[in-house]
Amino acid sequence: MSEPITQIVTPTSLDYTFTAGGATERFLRGLKDGKILGQRCPKCQLVIVPARGACARCGVPTEDDVELADTGTMTTYTIVHIPVPGSDVKPPFVAATIFLDGADIGLFHLVHEVSLDKIRPGMRVKASWKPQEDWGFSLTNIRYFVPLDEPDVDVTELERRIAHA
Amino acid sequence: MSGELCGIVGIGQTPYCAQRADVSIAGLCREAALNALEDAGLEWRDVDAVVLGTAPDMFEGVMMPELYLADALGATGKPMLRVHTAGSVGGSTAIVASTLIESGIHDRVLTVTFEKQSESNAMWALSSKQPFSPHINAGAGGYFAPLIRSYIRRSGAPEHIGMLVAYKDRLNALKNPLAHLRIEDISMEKIESSPMLWDPIRYLESCPSSDGACAMVVAREALAKDAPKKPAWILGHAMRSEPTMFCGRDEVNPHAGRECAKDVFNQAGITDPLKQIDMAEIYVPFSWFEPMWLENLGFAEEGKGWEMTDEGRTALDGDLPVNCSGGVLSSNAIGASGMIRFAEAARQVRGDAGDHQVPGARTALGHAYGGGSQFFSMWVVSSEQP
Repeated sequence: MSEPITQIVTPTSLDYTFTAGGATERFLRGLKDGKILGQRCPKCQLVIVPARGACARCGVPTEDDVELADTGTMTTYTIVHIPVPGSDVKPPFVAATIFLDGADIGLFHLVHEVSLDKIRPGMRVKASWKPQEDWGFSLTNIRYFVPLDEPDVDVTELERRIAHA
Repeated sequence: MSGELCGIVGIGQTPYCAQRADVSIAGLCREAALNALEDAGLEWRDVDAVVLGTAPDMFEGVMMPELYLADALGATGKPMLRVHTAGSVGGSTAIVASTLIESGIHDRVLTVTFEKQSESNAMWALSSKQPFSPHINAGAGGYFAPLIRSYIRRSGAPEHIGMLVAYKDRLNALKNPLAHLRIEDISMEKIESSPMLWDPIRYLESCPSSDGACAMVVAREALAKDAPKKPAWILGHAMRSEPTMFCGRDEVNPHAGRECAKDVFNQAGITDPLKQIDMAEIYVPFSWFEPMWLENLGFAEEGKGWEMTDEGRTALDGDLPVNCSGGVLSSNAIGASGMIRFAEAARQVRGDAGDHQVPGARTALGHAYGGGSQFFSMWVVSSEQP
């Protein structure tokens, strides 16, 4: 008798048409021009990036675009030692939360060109952009962030300022 | 909580393991349900409604599994509900079932949760490339590791605390015959030398990928009192949620979790959780979440949760035993993991937890969380009828 079949693998895939919506569209168009756009909440005055068109903290629409610096503070991170299926980012890599200067929420991105035993919260970082001819409507226009030779920022203080805003 | 008093009269689980090739998803769920009915001394006809909880459909790739599972769970001709609240779903499913009793709508409700990770790719199912972003989302560990790093920075906790939690939970798992990971030669050295996956999370500080199901039968007061086995009484239950991202969100000690804990303790008349709760089953998929949730739940002051772990107070013989079953670190059938916490809390106050029983446990907490630490569900159960 042949071997019984208990399980078969049937890969499926889903294709989506991504509709960015107004705020995200402006954010992505900004990236195409090498600009990082956030939005200021009219109520709490905090700056959200990527712009979402609303402040989830206050529950109000946001309309004021704010151009942000491409420098910031790394508040926390992980060093990923396992490969992410389908991703061309090779381990080990540093995935970090970066508060861009002028923004009040973290952006999740890569930090490279730092030895793994030197990485620490509060490190100052700067975006390393792809060549301009390769820019698209994407955060991947920034290849990764690299350390800036500046004094560390007190992350506890940064968090406290935003929490109490 | 208000309305009719609700008791847990039956608890059924399957063993948790890497692969149950002998059963389908339906067979797995039915096994847990039958175990719960047997524990309650009941039959299918005694159940008025079925409440099923599941993780995201993407995990097994089965759309709306509640439709396919209705027959296997004896729901034909009865109301059937499906609950989904990400990782907290096992807890919120038990709560939804209980509210059907408390509201006076039904007399007895069967509630079931499951996961069959061997038929899925749960580790990566939710980490597909997002549009217009770098592809660096590395599964749940990749999401939670930076939060753990934040906790370590804020609390000044020493690096061995995570390993200590893993060691304690893995020792507890050796006392639980249902646990998936039962590592006989577990030691701090073995944990420390296991591969670093998402710094600071090591392999042995992470939950496994499990197959398994958990079920409970809940009943109104009069039926629970007459049940053949001692029921666990629900003193309170609560759920809270909050958005994934907003400015100033405390992801380490989320507001929604703190509010949920206050609510559930208030309902249960608990003013000093550390004194009044005899044991807790807390959702800890990565070791460091034990001290983080101890603080979020109010068992420890902010920044001090790790000291409780360090002093052995959360061990089986401590003053607040946590995850006596081995916890999510030892068995992670994701959709069921929250309900296993709720069920293990109930087993403890029924005095029915076998070798991992906390002697004399009267009041216990079951806790689950999900999403980006943003969905919470909790209940407090007691051996004493209020």
